Amino acid sequence: MSGVHRAARVLVTLWWLQLKIVAVSAFDGVLGVIYPLFFATTAFLMFGQSGNPQALVYAGLGAAVMGTWSAMATSASGALQSQRWQGTLELLVCAPTRLALAVLPVTAALATVALYSLVATLLWGRFVFGIDVAIASPVAFVVALAVTLASLATFGFLLSVTVVRYRTGWALGNLLEYPGWLLCGFLVPLDLFPTWVQWLAQALPPTWGMAAIRSAAAGQAPWGEIAVCAGLGLGYAVLATVLSERLVDSARRHATLALT
Amino acid sequence: MSERRATSDTEPAVLRSSAPTSLWGSFRSSLRVVFVGGVISFRALFNWLNPYIFVPTMLIAPVFQILLFAYVGRSAGVGNDGFYVIGNAVQYASIPCLFAMANTIAGERFTQTLGIVLSTPVNRVALFLGRSLPVVANGWFVAMVALLVGGRVLGVDLPPRVWPGIALCVVVASASCTGLGLLQASIALRVRSTAVLSNVLFGILLVFCGANVALDALPAWMASVGRALPLTHAIEAARRIAGGAALGDVGGLLVREALLGVVFTVAGLLALRYVEAQSRRHATLELQ
Repeated sequence: MSGVHRAARVLVTLWWLQLKIVAVSAFDGVLGVIYPLFFATTAFLMFGQSGNPQALVYAGLGAAVMGTWSAMATSASGALQSQRWQGTLELLVCAPTRLALAVLPVTAALATVALYSLVATLLWGRFVFGIDVAIASPVAFVVALAVTLASLATFGFLLSVTVVRYRTGWALGNLLEYPGWLLCGFLVPLDLFPTWVQWLAQALPPTWGMAAIRSAAAGQAPWGEIAVCAGLGLGYAVLATVLSERLVDSARRHATLALT
Repeated sequence: MSERRATSDTEPAVLRSSAPTSLWGSFRSSLRVVFVGGVISFRALFNWLNPYIFVPTMLIAPVFQILLFAYVGRSAGVGNDGFYVIGNAVQYASIPCLFAMANTIAGERFTQTLGIVLSTPVNRVALFLGRSLPVVANGWFVAMVALLVGGRVLGVDLPPRVWPGIALCVVVASASCTGLGLLQASIALRVRSTAVLSNVLFGILLVFCGANVALDALPAWMASVGRALPLTHAIEAARRIAGGAALGDVGGLLVREALLGVVFTVAGLLALRYVEAQSRRHATLELQ
C-alpha cells in the first residue's frame, strides 16, 4: 500500500470513528446544536426590533454558520484535552503515524457534526422567527459550505495541537469563540470595524467562507472567496502539521503529555 | 440488602464520634465549615483558578461578549453601547456562579471524594453555603472587571457616583445566580454532564434575563419567564442606577432579586437533600 493510500485510509477511518463518538456526545453533539441557538435567538430578537426583514435574513444566514465556528473554537481545542483526561493522548501520540493524520480527522469530525448546528439554526429561524433564507445558487452554496467546513477543520487542527503541549490550551479555544463570532462577518458587517480589525478578520478562513455563502445565497459568483477560503485553510493545515511535530517533541522532552 | 444495612449501621457511630457535644461547639464547627471549608473547597474544586484559564475565560471572554452584542446592536440599529455593557457584564457573572457551583459536586465526584464528603456528619447547609460564598465573590469580581474594561473599550463613561450602587446590584445578582447554581449542583448529583447543564442555563439566562433585549421588547411569555430568573432584576436595577436613579429607587428590584436568590438557594438545599438520598439508594454517587 502506498504512503498516500495509507494516509487516506487513516484519515477516513479515524474521521468515521470520531464522527460516531462526537455525534452522540452530550457536549460536542447535543450542546453543539443547542448552544449556538441561544445566541441566534438573541440575535434574531435584536434584529427583529429593527423592523427590517432584510436584516433578519442577514442574521438568519450568519447565525446558522456561527455554530460551525463554535465547534472549532471550543470543541476542537477541547478534543485533545479530553483525550488527556481519559489517558488516551499518549496512545494517540505514540500511534505509528504522523500526529497530523491522527488529529486532523478529530477536527474534521467536529466540523461535520457542526452541520447539525447549521441546519438546526436555519430551521429554528424559519419556523420560530419566520426567517426565510432563499438560496439562489444551491450548488455554489453547497460548495462554499463544504470548503468553509474543511477550512474550519484545519483551523481547529491548529488549535487542538497546541493542547498537546499546553494543558490549558483549551481555554484559548474558549476565548476565541466570541472574537470569531464578532470578526467573521456572521452577524456584524466588517465595515463597522477599524481597518486593522478588518485585516485581522481576513486572516480567518470563515470570514471568506461566510462571504462566499452569502454570495451563493444571493446568486452571485462566490468562487474567488471560496478559493481564498480554501487557500487559507490549506495554509493553516501546513502550519499545524509543522507545529504538531515540534510541540510533540517539546511535550516529550518536558514530560507534559500525561499531565492533567 | 445486607450491605446497605451494614452501611446504615455504621453511620450513627461516625456521627456520635465526630459530632460536637454542645450547641456552641456545633455553631463553631459550622462556622469553620462555612468559611475555612468553603475557601479550601473552592480552591480545590474550581480548577479554572489557574491564571492561564482564569484570565482568558473569566476576564477577557466577557469583554468580547460585550463587544459582540454591542456591535450586533450597532448592526441592527438598536440599543446603545451602555445598555449592552451593563447587561452582558452582569449576565456574565452566571459563568463563574453556575460552573463553580456545579464543580462542587462534579469535582468531588471526579476525584472520588464525593462519597467521603457526604458521609461526614457535617451540617449540609453549612457545607454548601460555605462553598457558595467564594463563588459569589468571584462572580462579583468577574462582572465588575467586565463592566470596567468593557465600558472603557467601548467608551461608555459611568460616573464615579454610580459605581457603588452598581457594585451592590452585582453582589445581589451574583448571590442570586449562585442560588440557581446550588439548585443545579443538586441535579449534578444525578446528571454527569454538568458542563452541558451549566452552558444551557447560561444560554437561558442570556436570552431571557434582558441582557440584550429589554424585557418590554420581549414577547410577554418570555418576559414573564425572565422575571422568575436570577439576574433580570439586578440588570434592570444596574441600568437604572447608571441612568441616574438613586439606590432607593431600585430597592424593590434588588429585593425581588434577593428573594429569588433565597428561593433558589432553599430549593437547591432541599433538592440536594432529596437527590443525595436518591443517589445513595441507587448507588449513583460516584458514577463518572
